[in-house]
Amino acid sequence: MSTLHTVNKSPYMTQSLVSCLNHCKEGDAVLMIEDGIYGGLAGGQMAPIVEEMGKKVSLYVLTPDMAARGVDSSRLLEGIEGVDYTGFVELVTKHDRTQAWL
Amino acid sequence: MSDVKKFLYVNRKAPYGTIYALESLEVVLIGAAFEQDVALAFLDDGVFQLTKSQETDGIGCKNFSPTFRALGDYDVTRLYVERESLEERGLTEDDLQEIMYEDEDDDWAEKPSICVISRAEMADVMAEQDVILSF
Repeated sequence: MSTLHTVNKSPYMTQSLVSCLNHCKEGDAVLMIEDGIYGGLAGGQMAPIVEEMGKKVSLYVLTPDMAARGVDSSRLLEGIEGVDYTGFVELVTKHDRTQAWL
Repeated sequence: MSDVKKFLYVNRKAPYGTIYALESLEVVLIGAAFEQDVALAFLDDGVFQLTKSQETDGIGCKNFSPTFRALGDYDVTRLYVERESLEERGLTEDDLQEIMYEDEDDDWAEKPSICVISRAEMADVMAEQDVILSF
C-alpha cells in the first residue's frame, strides 16, 4: 500500500512540501507540480532539506511545469525523475491513493 | 510635474502557479500610460519571473516573460532584483533574461534594466516610494 503525494506550492513560500515529506511513508512517491517544481532545484536553501527528507520516498517533477518556468533538468537535485502528463497518470495508477498537498 | 509620484510594483510570487505575476505586469503596462515614475521590485519567489528559457506550450498558459523586455519602450527601465532572494534559490544573475532599454538622455545607448541589489538596498528603495503596489 502506498500513496502518491502531489505538491503544487513553492517550498520557499509555504510549508507544503516539508509537511508532505514529514507525513510520507516508506515507498511513497512525491510528485512536484506547478510552483512545487522549485522544490527540486539544486543549489537553493531548500535543497539539503529536500535531499535529506526525500530519502525514503521517490521524488518526481512534472516536466511541462519545469519547462514553463525555465528550469532545465540539469538544475534538479540528483535522484529526482522528470515525468510528463502520461507519467503523472501512470504514477496515479501505480499507487493506492493520491493525496494533494494544497 | 509636481503630481508625478514614485510607484513601486513589488513582485513576490513565481509565474504561472498563480495569476499574480501576470496581473502585476498588466497593471504596470496600464500604469505606464500615466507618466509616473515607475520601478519594479522582484524578491522572494518573484525572482523566478525573470528566468531565461521559459517555455509554456506544455501547460497551456501564455508565456509572458518576453513582455518584460518591452517595458523599456514604456519608460519602465528599473527592475530591482534582490540578491539574497536569488542566492536562497540557487540562482545567479546569469539565470535571468537580459532586459535592455535605450537611454534617451545618453544618445539612446542600450543599458540593462535589471539591477541586482542587496536586501538592505531593497528596503531603501521601498522607503523612498510614494505608492507601493504588491503582487
